[in-house]
Amino acid sequence: MRRSAARRWALNATGLVVFAVMIFPVYWMVTTAFKPGSEIFADTPVWFPWHPTLSNFDDAIHRPHFWAAVKNSLIIVSVVVAASLVLAFLAALALAKFRFYGRRAFIVLIIAVQMIPLNALIIPIYLVLSKAHQVDKLTGVIVTYMTFVLPFTIWTLRGFMIGVPSELEEAAQVDGSTRFGAFVRILLPLIGPGLVATSIFAFIQAWNEYIMAYVLLHDPSKQTLTVWLAAFTTSRGTAWGPLMAGATLTALPVVIFFALVQRKVAFGLTAGAVRG
Amino acid sequence: MSRAGAGATPYALILPATLVIGAVLGYPLYFMVRLSFERYGLFQLIRHEGVWIGTQNYASIFHDATFWHVVLRTLAFTAVAVSLTMAIGTLIALLMAQLGSAMRLLLNVGLIFVWATPVVVAVDIWYWMVDFEFGVLNWLLTHLHLGDFNHHDWFANAWSGWSIITLLVVWGAIPFVAITVYAALTQVPRELVEAASIDGAHAWRVFRDVTVPLLKPIFIILASLSTIWDFQVFNQIWILRDEQPSPEYWSMAVYAYHTSFQTSEYGLGSAIAIVMVAIMLVVSFVYIRQMLKMGEAT
Repeated sequence: MRRSAARRWALNATGLVVFAVMIFPVYWMVTTAFKPGSEIFADTPVWFPWHPTLSNFDDAIHRPHFWAAVKNSLIIVSVVVAASLVLAFLAALALAKFRFYGRRAFIVLIIAVQMIPLNALIIPIYLVLSKAHQVDKLTGVIVTYMTFVLPFTIWTLRGFMIGVPSELEEAAQVDGSTRFGAFVRILLPLIGPGLVATSIFAFIQAWNEYIMAYVLLHDPSKQTLTVWLAAFTTSRGTAWGPLMAGATLTALPVVIFFALVQRKVAFGLTAGAVRG
Repeated sequence: MSRAGAGATPYALILPATLVIGAVLGYPLYFMVRLSFERYGLFQLIRHEGVWIGTQNYASIFHDATFWHVVLRTLAFTAVAVSLTMAIGTLIALLMAQLGSAMRLLLNVGLIFVWATPVVVAVDIWYWMVDFEFGVLNWLLTHLHLGDFNHHDWFANAWSGWSIITLLVVWGAIPFVAITVYAALTQVPRELVEAASIDGAHAWRVFRDVTVPLLKPIFIILASLSTIWDFQVFNQIWILRDEQPSPEYWSMAVYAYHTSFQTSEYGLGSAIAIVMVAIMLVVSFVYIRQMLKMGEAT
């Protein structure tokens, strides 16, 4: 009994240490964002913002192009997510509910294109878009983001649709519903949560993207939030307070959304992987 | 699932997605292959027209010592980062399986915060933590009496600079591995583990002989995904090195980028990128095979 109590205590202590080490950078970002300059530029680190201030946030959001960047990010992300979702929904329906010649080839294609290192594709994408006069235009970035959001969305939605037993649809059809009626009344509500989870995950991916936007958008008023944030360090290397405030603001929507859907998506990724 | 003879419907459903993928991915891929056989510098950029030079770009990168250094460096970085990510992630998953529910929840929340942190944000945080003047890392190491780290510049030396980059990448990648492995662990049938324990097997042997074989598909998928992500490392280096990394900080993606966009040799850059894709094809093959195997099971 004593041995198991000691073991319990050791496990909890280890858990606590792991938690502290992992979370510390995030904690440090948020606390720095709320600290006045005197606590940030201190020879001995101040571990807690004893004199919290919003001045760093005030500074960050009044920097040039912050609001333009927020607007650009929102436009790009919403168009990418909406377009991907419609296209992916149709394709996932075909993959999950039909057997057809070429189905396997299409699945291989969807998985394979997710494996192409996107960082390698920047060169041709930039040249193609510059030829089409789409550099420094949001449309160019939107089209580019489809390269990684669309295949991922198809694959995840397919996973959610497979989870719906086809007996349910068949039962509805026997009851006299048309195929389409059965689909709308049975399938749609069941995969609703999956649709939400997938679109939020697509939102996060597009919101976080940096390198493509960095290459394709040069005009500071056209840039996305991640490009705006990354430019912070190079242009004004030591404005740590406002930088951490900007970083906190950039991360905030992602963290909130992510917490909502993480469980669902992790399930979608691993369902059926382990069998006894 | 088994509706054969559904006619044209499935084809009509996949057509729009296929067309878009072909346009946004297929065409750039084709264009990149063509570029790698062309001279495409500033002059050609203005005319939007390359000059065919056969395999010259490949010949010049294969005879370039810098290229081979970059390839080896990227491979070594990938090997270290993926091993660390997989090992630490699995250990944390095993720890979570042993913890009580409150402690597990806490750890889970911590992991999710890290997982959700956008890469650019993460890089900026680490940029701040390793700052030579007011960075918390230098203070901590000095006060743990590990040496005098006052005003220590981590990037002055490439080895210590790459250690920071590796730590940052691994830190960001651990949560996905830990949470996925933990989810898989919960699906391992209890009876199997208990039966093995009753037979007198030690915890380590149960793990090796029962858990690992069951989790192998997940391990393969996680390892190949991590390999592909780490191999194209770019953002971390780019932002930490103020958008102009010196040659000892070049990864393949940085080198391809530098060659194309900073020296305006787009053909040469494409050749480098093609080699990068080719190396990753090997890993992709393993991943796709595993995904298809699992797809068959569902």
